[in-house]
Amino acid sequence: MKKQLISAGLMLLVWTVITGVAYPFAVTGLAKLLFPVQANGSLITGNQGEPLGSALIGQAFSDPKYFWGRPSATSPYSYNAGASSGSNLGPTNPALMESVKARIEALRVADPDNRLPIPVDLITSSASGLDPHISLAAAFYQTNRVAKARKMPIHTLHALIKANTEPRQWFILGEPRVNVLRLNMALDGKTR
Amino acid sequence: MTENAVAQFAIYMLTLLTLAKPLGWYMACIYQNQPIGVNRWLTSVENFIYRLSRINPNEEMRWTDYAIAVLAFNLLGILSVFTLQRLQSILPFNPQQLPDVNPDLAFNTAISFATNTNWQAYSGELTMSYLTQMLGLTVQNFLSAATGMAVLAAFSRGFTRRNSNTLGNFWVDLTRSILYILLPLSLLWSLALVGQGVVQTFNPYQTIPLTEKLELTQPKLDANGQTWKDEGGNTVMETLEVREQTLALGPAASQIAIKQLGTNGGGFFNVNSAHPFENPTPLSNFLEMLAILLIPAALCHTFGTMVGDTRQGWAILAAMSLVFVTLVAVTVNAEQIGNPQLSALGVDQAASSFQSGGNMEGKEVRFGIANSSLWAVATTAASNGSVNAMLDSFTPIGGMVPMWLMQLGEVIFGGVGSGLYGMLVFAIIAVFVAGLMIGRTPEYLGKKIEAYEMKMAAIVILIPPLLVLGGTAVAVLADAGKLAVFNPEAHGFSEILYAFSSAGNNNGSAFGGLSANSAFYNILLGLSMLCSRYWLIVPVLAIAGSLAEKKIVPFGHGTLPTHTPLFVLLLITTVLLVGALTFVPALALGPVVEHLIMLGLT
Repeated sequence: MKKQLISAGLMLLVWTVITGVAYPFAVTGLAKLLFPVQANGSLITGNQGEPLGSALIGQAFSDPKYFWGRPSATSPYSYNAGASSGSNLGPTNPALMESVKARIEALRVADPDNRLPIPVDLITSSASGLDPHISLAAAFYQTNRVAKARKMPIHTLHALIKANTEPRQWFILGEPRVNVLRLNMALDGKTR
Repeated sequence: MTENAVAQFAIYMLTLLTLAKPLGWYMACIYQNQPIGVNRWLTSVENFIYRLSRINPNEEMRWTDYAIAVLAFNLLGILSVFTLQRLQSILPFNPQQLPDVNPDLAFNTAISFATNTNWQAYSGELTMSYLTQMLGLTVQNFLSAATGMAVLAAFSRGFTRRNSNTLGNFWVDLTRSILYILLPLSLLWSLALVGQGVVQTFNPYQTIPLTEKLELTQPKLDANGQTWKDEGGNTVMETLEVREQTLALGPAASQIAIKQLGTNGGGFFNVNSAHPFENPTPLSNFLEMLAILLIPAALCHTFGTMVGDTRQGWAILAAMSLVFVTLVAVTVNAEQIGNPQLSALGVDQAASSFQSGGNMEGKEVRFGIANSSLWAVATTAASNGSVNAMLDSFTPIGGMVPMWLMQLGEVIFGGVGSGLYGMLVFAIIAVFVAGLMIGRTPEYLGKKIEAYEMKMAAIVILIPPLLVLGGTAVAVLADAGKLAVFNPEAHGFSEILYAFSSAGNNNGSAFGGLSANSAFYNILLGLSMLCSRYWLIVPVLAIAGSLAEKKIVPFGHGTLPTHTPLFVLLLITTVLLVGALTFVPALALGPVVEHLIMLGLT
């Protein structure tokens, strides 16, 4: 029994060093070498190399001249990338209905003459609260509002949406989607 | 189900089953100590580890010694993780200066990671320092997985050995599992994931300017952190401008690779693999899902190879796959139909080439319905427990499937090692039932199954339901249990039932609305996880020890062949029947009632 405990203790020590120190340091070193941008959060940088945002993390938008991302349940404010969180609202929870109704209302007020059916991803919170994407349907739904706010022709917006659409990976994996931050940066002329 | 969804599932299953054979064969070579390229090269490292730990690799252990080694090793692991959390504020690698973790949460988390459960009552980026994540959690990800694989190797030897009173050496099985299997695969996976955008850095959190600034209205706090009240007793509100976003970073990829490969499931960030830094693209999602079931599926072939009849392994894998595919179809269908209460508000939930549609609450756009559903079923079929969508927001039926998969005892693939030894115990029950029907002594793989094995098998099958239903009953009676519920009515009951199903079967996923970080839940769920892991490992090793002592009975006229479609069906029926009879009443109170409410039928 005593012998077993000594072996157990030494084993734990050895494996702590190998899997807890050597392994993560090796991966970090290799990652820095092979994928320096990705390893540090896939930052989008401006002309002077200053960070403007992450290509993988959404930001909150509520100005009519921007495309809006998905509702975010992070606290104390939306898209808090230091505290990811979903809403965890169950399908029959009255609070879910309340938040969906409020969001529909906000969309309708911002764009009163839009009578298209509202795409579901635009009124439901994402799992992470940081979802950088919306569906193509959700992007097209908003073109009318953004076009009016910016006095831009719809077809220019459609071209920008197309340029910022990520298709299914390898033609089959995942879902086609639009990166909201990249699209809005393109609208502001911050990026090409 | 959309055509694309079917295509994605087909590719997934095909890749999984194709890789099961070579990996399974490789692992069999490792456990039987047959020389192949890699292990010749790493043998010197392996021997060095034994020397450092003062272990004689040639020493054979009886089942009791093997069990004591497992328990001693895991006990020290629990103590180590507990201590790291309690002292993290004074230890290095804590750039966010996070405080020590409180005792009941540290107790729960230490058990959770040592038992391969990875139930998380905390939010990673707000609670655990980089050091705790690395030296505590990442290490246990490897060790708990390797413990499961070692016990499976010992269990397999129960069938291959005859007239023997030993099962191998735990330290050797443990070392080989990590050195030759888990570590190389993790290295491969973590680099592939970083390439897709999973973060891996020791830098502190990154601050970036927001494109559009936000306004935040919140109660004003005084110097002591108390809310200000005006003369009328009303809370004073203040409006703050938020101009920056703080991106939580860390050495995530190295932990995520092993969290998936070792069916651990504990996320680096709060929302686990739904976080874009933990699972950024559909390809990273595919790799992570593949990693969930890869080793559990391949171990079936390892087992077949070790017992000298690969058909036995394929039969088990077939049973697992059939149940899995059926339940994937049920979940994806329920999620794709979506929430009828939203349709009533004029929301478009139909799938088209412009959107995945369906129940998107708590799901990410890049994964859509197909990948969120497939993940939910894979993670609960295996005892992984990581999520890429919030299960609490699934439709009632979509959420019931993951819950039931856990309740089946985590044997449909299950945890690495633990899933297969659990399934083999069900196989023993199945041949016993068949033996009763034809009036002969049951045999499995040439070993007579007698009273002692059946008693131990019964313990293995009965302990998890006892923990799940008993724990749920206690929690719904206690105020501390009911207070933690987030969603009202039937769904609230489901949250509690889900928590105990998860802890009582070492899964680790959650209906995240439940505020489980209280002394009540931390202690109760902690004890549940402890019992369901070690009270199963000991009787499983006891069965193996007893089988190893027996001689091999030659295959005769009265022997039930255990590689045929008939046996696959018998095995599936046994698993489903036990699972259904035990849990249907409880499920009826939660998801079933909620489903009727959602359809407006009550």
